Amino acid sequence: MSEFPAPPVDELTRPFWDGLTAGELRFQRCRQCGNAWLPQREECPRCWNDQWAFEASSGRGTLVSWVVYHKAYHPYFEDKIPYNVSVVELEEGPRLLTNVVTDDQGTLHIGQHVELLIQDEAGFALARFRPAAGETAR
Amino acid sequence: MASDSVVIAGIGQTAFGKLPGRSVTSLNVEACRNAVADAGIEKSAIDAVFAKSITSGHQRFYAQKLAEALGLQPRMGGTWDQGGASNVTLISMAADAIKAGHIEVALIASADNPRTGTRSAYSRPLATADAPYGWFGVSAGYAMIAQRHMRQFGTTSEQLGAIAVACRKHGAANPNAQLRKPITIEDHQASPWIVEPLHRDDCCLVSDGAAAVVVMSERKAKELGVSAPVPVLGCGHGQTSWDVALRPDLTSTSAAVAGAQAFAAAGLTPADIDVAQIYDCFTITVLMTLEDYGFCAKGEGGKFVEDGALEVGGALPLNTSGGLLSETGMPGMQLVLEGVRQMRGTSTTQVPGARHVLVSGQGGAMHTHATMILGQ
Repeated sequence: MSEFPAPPVDELTRPFWDGLTAGELRFQRCRQCGNAWLPQREECPRCWNDQWAFEASSGRGTLVSWVVYHKAYHPYFEDKIPYNVSVVELEEGPRLLTNVVTDDQGTLHIGQHVELLIQDEAGFALARFRPAAGETAR
Repeated sequence: MASDSVVIAGIGQTAFGKLPGRSVTSLNVEACRNAVADAGIEKSAIDAVFAKSITSGHQRFYAQKLAEALGLQPRMGGTWDQGGASNVTLISMAADAIKAGHIEVALIASADNPRTGTRSAYSRPLATADAPYGWFGVSAGYAMIAQRHMRQFGTTSEQLGAIAVACRKHGAANPNAQLRKPITIEDHQASPWIVEPLHRDDCCLVSDGAAAVVVMSERKAKELGVSAPVPVLGCGHGQTSWDVALRPDLTSTSAAVAGAQAFAAAGLTPADIDVAQIYDCFTITVLMTLEDYGFCAKGEGGKFVEDGALEVGGALPLNTSGGLLSETGMPGMQLVLEGVRQMRGTSTTQVPGARHVLVSGQGGAMHTHATMILGQ
């Protein structure tokens, strides 16, 4: 298996990755205007203030859209196809790119309720999602 | 034509496709040589050189290096990095600089060689922090948008296919097009997934090549004896969130803002447009751009493009030289050239009596947008 395309981890992003290792998905919230965002930035993109704090998400979100890869554009993913990459909007507002773990890509749908599923991938805890309990397939 | 109007005075290009051993500067010089010859002017008249940034290999001070290769020391110049919206934006900015009196004659050039050079720009991670999730390739951003549009409005893959069929049909008539084999909806459906829901035939070509235009005021064109000037009637610009995941609304684009500006500047509406050269990096881009320009209501693009509406004789003939899907995958200047040919009456798929042509450019994954309307 080829090398995992590990994310760059630095001073700014470490609390996010440490959060996943500790079992929570952390986003930033501005202390001045209350805006919440992902991915990590030095300043609030709404009011430009640099006073913010990490906060844990409930892990609940909805599916905005997704694509399905039938061909790997990086050798690490060759044995994972078909796999989806999805946009999920957390109930706190921030959006992120992720995978929704499902055996049937055909059941994914817009507005689908999903919940956080932290999974280990090559030593990194990744923020994936799964259909929420009680979410009916359609 | 208003007295202060700006015209495209000359157009030039290289061959499109595989051009091994040619540097981007060599390609640009050839296109510029042809554009200046087409305008019928001396190179000494040029006092501005602008270039689109090179997708396959960024170079610092590229437009200055190009000016050096052209033996010019222009007053104004620079490289613009806005992806496929760059060319229309540069023409618009040059037009404004001409109207302001900063420059008189601008050369705007665009070259790239991802086909025989490096195409890594098109397959690398869109954002490295998302690579662990398998997020790779330019196509994926457009596929993410297409999926949302299809699910939200019921747009079908066959409707997207109708766009590819029209572009390929028009490309087949263009001897300079890279891909000249017409396709059917069935061929489109049978082509493999690139990233679902986009098939191979939803995706543009990867090409080497260059194209360039000469821009000046109408007054200057008369003074220099330019034989076939085509006036720029209006331009517009728009941009949205860089990151597809962060975009507040996946199914509308900045074409809405850019198009409204261009129509207002030209004093025209979509009903006045006889032929359109819409940036077709992916079929979904065309469909959403047509909606956002107001050729049909949001969500009705699928129905609008069906049944040959985009072919000559249809409601809005599209990409009459083949577009990015058929003529060349080069990011956009070829659409400007075809717009000029339609206004001159010299296209290989000429729309009879066409008086207004709309040209669009867009880059990123529908992140940047620029619109231009040309007249006669």
